[in-house]
Amino acid sequence: MSEIDLTQGSTGLSNQVINRAPDLQGQFLSGSTLWRPRRGRRKFFGVLFLLLTLLATLIGVAALIVLLESVISQGWSRLSWDFINNFPSRIASRAGIKAALVGSVYLTGLVAVIAIPVGVGAAVYLEEFAADTRWRRIIDINIANLAGVPSIVYGMLGLMLFVRICAFGHSLLAGACTMSLLILPVIIVTSREALKTVPQGVRLAALGLGATKWQTVRAHVLPTALPGILTGVILSLSRAVGETAPLLMIGALSYMAFVPESPMDDFTVLPIQIFNWSSRPQDEFRVAAAAGILVLMGILLTVNSCAIVMRMRYQRKMQW
Amino acid sequence: MVKKLLFICALFCVIVTLGIVFLLLEEAVGFFQQVSIKEFLLGTNWAPMFEPRSFGVLPLVCGTFWVTFGAALIGLPTGLGIGLFLNDFAPSWLRNLVKPVLEILAGIPTVVYGYFALTVITPWLQNLLPSVEVFNAASAAIVVGLMVLPMVASLCDDAIKAVPRSVKEAGYALGATKSEVATQVTIPSALSGIIASFILALSRAFGETMAVTLAAGSTPKITLNPFESVQTLTAYIVQVSTGDTPQGSIEYKSIFAVGILLLAVSLLFNMLAFYLVKKYRTVGE
Repeated sequence: MSEIDLTQGSTGLSNQVINRAPDLQGQFLSGSTLWRPRRGRRKFFGVLFLLLTLLATLIGVAALIVLLESVISQGWSRLSWDFINNFPSRIASRAGIKAALVGSVYLTGLVAVIAIPVGVGAAVYLEEFAADTRWRRIIDINIANLAGVPSIVYGMLGLMLFVRICAFGHSLLAGACTMSLLILPVIIVTSREALKTVPQGVRLAALGLGATKWQTVRAHVLPTALPGILTGVILSLSRAVGETAPLLMIGALSYMAFVPESPMDDFTVLPIQIFNWSSRPQDEFRVAAAAGILVLMGILLTVNSCAIVMRMRYQRKMQW
Repeated sequence: MVKKLLFICALFCVIVTLGIVFLLLEEAVGFFQQVSIKEFLLGTNWAPMFEPRSFGVLPLVCGTFWVTFGAALIGLPTGLGIGLFLNDFAPSWLRNLVKPVLEILAGIPTVVYGYFALTVITPWLQNLLPSVEVFNAASAAIVVGLMVLPMVASLCDDAIKAVPRSVKEAGYALGATKSEVATQVTIPSALSGIIASFILALSRAFGETMAVTLAAGSTPKITLNPFESVQTLTAYIVQVSTGDTPQGSIEYKSIFAVGILLLAVSLLFNMLAFYLVKKYRTVGE
């Protein structure tokens, strides 16, 4: 069948050749599928594709620029020492962020105290001690899933567990415990990545000299992985600083005219203050929100760039 | 001894998961004693605050769908585009410029995106189309799209980077252009990683709370018009928990039923992504 098709419109090749390699010849000989590189069209699509991906990148960059520009143009003039040192007020021009700023700092400190030991501990166990058993795989999948649970669901957990069952009330402690649960999976994942980069030779050398497993981990593996772990910890703490929804759930206040003094006090944080101001229709409060955002993003950018610089130096040093 | 202590730390995560599931279920059971599961899942009217009360979750699902769908429309192709651009087209100086921009975008708190939607995107949409409401799904979808963008971009970047160089070189050797290699060799090879990043982005958009609460409004309804005010599942939870709803009332319990729905769908997304990433890692190595 196909041989008859092939010889139609033949260019004078002998039947013998066609019989020997019918498939190969078929592509070149039958008139409708004659090989044409169509270079002009392909080049055109190449340029079009390049432009599309470039456009995508520009969208990302433009989004950041427009966002920063709008926040700065709205909020910059509102920034002052009074703004940082005043309590919130019903009068927009007098409102400040003192309670929120102090609350954010305290909350982050408490979260660090709770989440870092547990998170790093879990990572060390999973990387250094756990055998590859069914249990470990269950925990693996579990952590990956926990990292994807919407933050507001953590808020509901915190509301039930810490506010109600543990009776912490709407306190700083309840907020810190909730936030710790939220960032725990992130700390575990990043710490494990850092522990993975420690070469096996370090462990074997220590073990070979007679150190116990724990001595090896404490004196050699952990110090080697420390910069990586710290980077992950800082990035996840900065996530806790910016997170709003879980704290709204557990009932952090949006109006507070005092500074929390103990972990059992009521509290508010910067993102909640910003949320509250943004959701009001008056322009003056939107301006205050923009100024609050400037403070919040200033803190986050400083902290994050520290982490990023640390990671870069660490990567350069860790060329084994 | 130390090992046991560390094991407890690891076990803690499992306990947290079980805690989430049990506590949500416990409250939701009380809700489902009063409202049947069928009525909850298939009802088309969500009116928890007024008599006659009605707890059909579909209007909230509709709002969530609009936001997730719109965010996907914006965030996924753009993120993939950035991933391809950074890997295949960008010179290294440009790459070093774009990467920090993405990291900054990824680090911006969601409440800031909400502010951005309210003060920039919505007025801008209203300029284009005067009929756009102050609170609307489209504006929320746009900012959520921007929010998932850096995540999609960096995960796609990783997936594309994992494609062996030899496979691409083979494409070039056959005379393919750069874009042909990108679309016909790189993307298919990195597909499972790319899809995993898409699913994670969908899951994130689905569970996003603050930006959506600020920008999309609080009007639960089933609508085909993305420029109207809607309410998402997450925004409803915020509305009830920030209002003064008495504990133990049915609308208070209803947030836990909504929470379970939220948890179930995002777990489904995550399991799928986890499975795909695992599969793609073994192919990549």
